[in-house]
Amino acid sequence: MSGLQAALKRGGVLAGAFDWRRNILYIAFVVLLITFSAVLGDQGFTSSNNLLNIVRQTAIISVMAVAVTFVIGAGEIDLSVGAVAGLASVVAAMAIDAYGVVPGIMAGVLLGVVVGSINGALLVVVGIPSFLVTLAMLGIAHGTAQWITNSAPQPILSDSFNNIFGSGDLGPIPSLVVWTAVAVAIGHVLLRRAPYGRNVLATGGNEEAARFSGVPTKRIKFMVMVGSATVAAVAGMLYAGRLQSGRFQWGEGDELSVIAAVILGGTSLFGGTASVIGTLFGSLLIGVINNGLILMGLEFSQQQIIRGAIILLAVALVTRD
Amino acid sequence: MSDVPLLRMQGIRKAFSGVTVLEDVDFELRAGETHALLGGNGAGKSTLMKILEGVYTLDAGHVELEGEPIELGSPQSARAHGIAMIFQEFSLVPTLTVAQNIYLTREARTRAGMIDDGALERRAAELLSELGVEIDPGVMVSRLSRASWQLVEIAKALSVNARILIMDEPTASLARSEVQTLYAIIDRLKQRGITIVYITHRLEEVMAVSDRVTVLRDGRLVGTHATSELDMDKLIELIIGRAVETLQWNERSVDRSGTPLLELRGVSTKTGLRDVSLEVHAGEILGLAGLMGSGRSELARAVFGIDAIDSGQILVRGEPVRIRRPGDAIEHGIVLVPEDRRAQGLVMDHSVQRNLTLTLLRRLARRGLIDDGEGRQISEYYAEQLGIRARSLGTPVRRLSGGNQQKVVVAKWLATEPDILVLDEPTVGVDIGAKAEIIELVRGLADEGKAIIAISSELAEVLALADRILVLRDGTVDRSLERTEISDEPELHRLVQEAAA
Repeated sequence: MSGLQAALKRGGVLAGAFDWRRNILYIAFVVLLITFSAVLGDQGFTSSNNLLNIVRQTAIISVMAVAVTFVIGAGEIDLSVGAVAGLASVVAAMAIDAYGVVPGIMAGVLLGVVVGSINGALLVVVGIPSFLVTLAMLGIAHGTAQWITNSAPQPILSDSFNNIFGSGDLGPIPSLVVWTAVAVAIGHVLLRRAPYGRNVLATGGNEEAARFSGVPTKRIKFMVMVGSATVAAVAGMLYAGRLQSGRFQWGEGDELSVIAAVILGGTSLFGGTASVIGTLFGSLLIGVINNGLILMGLEFSQQQIIRGAIILLAVALVTRD
Repeated sequence: MSDVPLLRMQGIRKAFSGVTVLEDVDFELRAGETHALLGGNGAGKSTLMKILEGVYTLDAGHVELEGEPIELGSPQSARAHGIAMIFQEFSLVPTLTVAQNIYLTREARTRAGMIDDGALERRAAELLSELGVEIDPGVMVSRLSRASWQLVEIAKALSVNARILIMDEPTASLARSEVQTLYAIIDRLKQRGITIVYITHRLEEVMAVSDRVTVLRDGRLVGTHATSELDMDKLIELIIGRAVETLQWNERSVDRSGTPLLELRGVSTKTGLRDVSLEVHAGEILGLAGLMGSGRSELARAVFGIDAIDSGQILVRGEPVRIRRPGDAIEHGIVLVPEDRRAQGLVMDHSVQRNLTLTLLRRLARRGLIDDGEGRQISEYYAEQLGIRARSLGTPVRRLSGGNQQKVVVAKWLATEPDILVLDEPTVGVDIGAKAEIIELVRGLADEGKAIIAISSELAEVLALADRILVLRDGTVDRSLERTEISDEPELHRLVQEAAA
């Protein structure tokens, strides 16, 4: 049918036009970088050390946000990632102390799988909304971490653990940056190219239509919850490695930064559309703002206000109809 | 009746980003008439009505009310001129009462400034009794039937003294008996001098309810006629612009000697099917007819594994199979084109290609990664085979017309190369041209040797398609008839009505 072919060509030309709204995140990112470079060049904003620092500081948020991109893309939410990270950090630290590095890492990962399975089962089997399930889990995980440690930090003495998770470098590159790159690469390919990613987005876009198309929507929802908690547990071990101890406060409040990064990255809060690369830049944008505001010498209270305002502005621009 | 029409729209032009959707359209309403507005999908009906509702502004032309030029810049100003829309997707708050909905934001107040629900209910009761409907104004809207929702919508419009009501597919979610109630209401509204614009795809409704008809095609006016001067064939010709026999049945020969491709034995479900048995052979089209609630869609859902089967057996090629989820059905070559394509058929925000390949992900995976190149080839092939008209395969299906959306749903299932297709209302909400194309397509599939179950609430469609017809009643098979045993549509109507009685 020549009509379709002609139509396809026309569509191709139009698709070449620049979509401002879709790219607003990257525009905002570049604008902020230029602004901070101009204003804060003297304070060392542009030094490679500082820029690397930004990536390192946002790394743990970025890693968690990659997994949460799948959760939100599937139309669900996970509020428990920060608390799960904290619990995993102390579980791993205590297991390393008692049984050694490898059992310690396995204990941390296993904790994530177990918590994620509980979240997922409560969501798809019992039918409790993920908002409530993970809000409750936030409290349970946080409380458990505090209880089993008597609120005390759990030092990690294994250098190899600390080097792999967070403290060390791979050649010139900090290991946290490597973790981020790996998480983003895997997440991006999984979302864009693997059947799993398509099923996640179909489930988030229209759960009923996905089910009527043979997508195992319940299994998909279970999987995103397991993935999110497991990656959060790994993130908790990154905290533990970087700070060479497990502690129940690690990750506290991170769920808000993670969700902000995902939404800034263009993932729909209602599911159906998602971007892992967008999530990375959403996370970096938050990091650049934090770093710039600190270099400006603003007080913490002022930083919070400006950060909130910038995030609102960016999300308003991204989601505007 | 005076010579000045109630409303006159003249030389209306509207374009969206350079694409003209209305060109020099005239539209005129006389006081107290019911005026059907017809046209295929994309003919410009909704755009014209959205201009009248004040949602879109016009690029050229003008609007007169009783001979006076008016501006319709916003929905508020349209409402102030007495123009109201009865929404297709209802705009009521389900958790409020009928009276609270009717007077939402215009509540009566007590002296203390609190809302006076008693006064609201008295006024609502008056309004409803004027309409001749028995709805308790104090009951919560969520507890009413769909038909009653619509009546409340109408009452709400009348409560702001609307003189022109726009009804867009008002019967889409109504059962047959409820349609009769709606006709009675429309009659009563006419007596009160209310003017109605009636948009529908169902031509029998046009003949039943309208005084005059305006037909649009490709954004231009085809003409305005008195309904009494028209018949169904003439209407179809006006809408599609060429005389075609759209719903003509062709007798086909079906070999029923072998094992049926699909067989149901005594299937019962919690959703209301009782002891349903049927068989469909390769190359056969089995039509299912019956009123709303007779179990048509429930049958489709059970066969496809959406609803669980309590007792009975499903056999594919004579072998009993267990179908507990859609994935099982697909594996056995059974697919379902569901009745509600927006809710069940498509992910509206995703592209044509994404939707079309959603059923093929496993087949397209190469070492765990989807081969989008092959996905594109398959999508292009089916887009061409079915004549899907879209700007590109990357266009969100939301932007396609109803007919093209439906073709995407059919395409995504054909791409799985199924043996057995269950089609639930395959042409609902598509224009007549697309309807004829889909019917032709279904016949072609049967000729290729696929077994087809076609479910439709439009009996003319069942008659045009089926080789054999089952009439359902209360979840059971009431009659099984050869197509040749039924002479015409009124006869099948009678059979369906008898089954319901």
